[in-house]
Amino acid sequence: MGIRVISPGLATSVQDLGRPGYYHLGIPISGGMDRYALRCANLLVGNAENAAVLEAVFLGPEIEFTRNATVSVTGANLPPKVDGDIREGWTSFDIKKGQVLSFEYLQAGARAYIAISGGIDVPVVLGSRSLYGLGALGGFNGRTLQAGDEIGIGEKSGNSLAARSVPATLRRMPGSPAELRVISGIYWHRITEEAKANFFEDTWRVASEADRIGYRFQKGRPLSFIDRKQPFGAGSDPSNIVDSCYPYGSIQVPGGTEPIVLHRDAVSGGGYCMIGTVISADMDYIGQLQPNMEVNFVEVDLDTALAVRHERNSGLQQVREIE
Amino acid sequence: MSNQQIVSPLPGIFYRRPAPDQPPFKEVGDAVSVGNVIGLIEVMKSFHEVKSDRAGTIAQFLVDNEDAVMAGQPLVDLND
Repeated sequence: MGIRVISPGLATSVQDLGRPGYYHLGIPISGGMDRYALRCANLLVGNAENAAVLEAVFLGPEIEFTRNATVSVTGANLPPKVDGDIREGWTSFDIKKGQVLSFEYLQAGARAYIAISGGIDVPVVLGSRSLYGLGALGGFNGRTLQAGDEIGIGEKSGNSLAARSVPATLRRMPGSPAELRVISGIYWHRITEEAKANFFEDTWRVASEADRIGYRFQKGRPLSFIDRKQPFGAGSDPSNIVDSCYPYGSIQVPGGTEPIVLHRDAVSGGGYCMIGTVISADMDYIGQLQPNMEVNFVEVDLDTALAVRHERNSGLQQVREIE
Repeated sequence: MSNQQIVSPLPGIFYRRPAPDQPPFKEVGDAVSVGNVIGLIEVMKSFHEVKSDRAGTIAQFLVDNEDAVMAGQPLVDLND
């Protein structure tokens, strides 16, 4: 045992870096939506980067600790409190047996990662502790947390690592409006030149339905498709294709109206054409977008995407070297 | 005098009615007590009740029905 849930928050789940290797069977990769923040949270408390943490979205949980632990909260600015006293985000702190961790209202971002020294100890399912909610797979009993849950914490290694902090320059968060960099995809040719230009010109807003499965964007101009006779097996809407695999990060636009970026709990295939893919380094940012936030899609090439990934990884390397 | 507010715990879309064909939870001038529902927030494909954490009388709504709201945003001014 290690923690007892007093109030669960909105949809707090156990997540690690995910469950790759089964997407072709329809089981998504899951794992934290902001993987950089998740890794940082673990590093701050001396865990392996892939240890399981709690992902809290929009609203923090209230948790009583039944043993001593070191804790860190990264990602969204969801200020943590220990017995009512504020603690700093992106910085590790100690919690004693009997103390209660709770949170202020969300100040910025969307998802906070709560790492506890020793890691959340739930069974490993298909190589991961991450919850895939729709499949009732992994996590704590295959679901988000509920009041009264008692959850185990792994053995912590070594001494307290309290007061370690990620410097402000390395706390990655999306700007406002957020920029999501995109590489055009194999169905890019299906939309008109005008639609291609509008897609990047328009400022989109996050729809309230956005979740771990996909983020939907609205308020941009509808995309028009190039006329064609739909091939055998494709649906009748011009945004339909013959069913295909959906990559993580791919952008589909059902009916040409509202782009959806598939995220960690996405379906693995279907019949909507994908006009492009958000680059891997920017997928973390999507996990930090609140409903109604403004977003611009920015076209980049593969070299840029790889350079940005490299830059993100060197930031992570700096966090690994924090004493 | 207005000196208290009810804030939204979540970002999302604010609704004043439990369903489109039903009357609003509360109107200006209505009394609220701790735990009374004053509206709904829609986010991530589900609806969450906004409950008052204090007692008073509703002086005004600070956002319209179906407005987008941020976490911590004041929704209602309350009089004692």
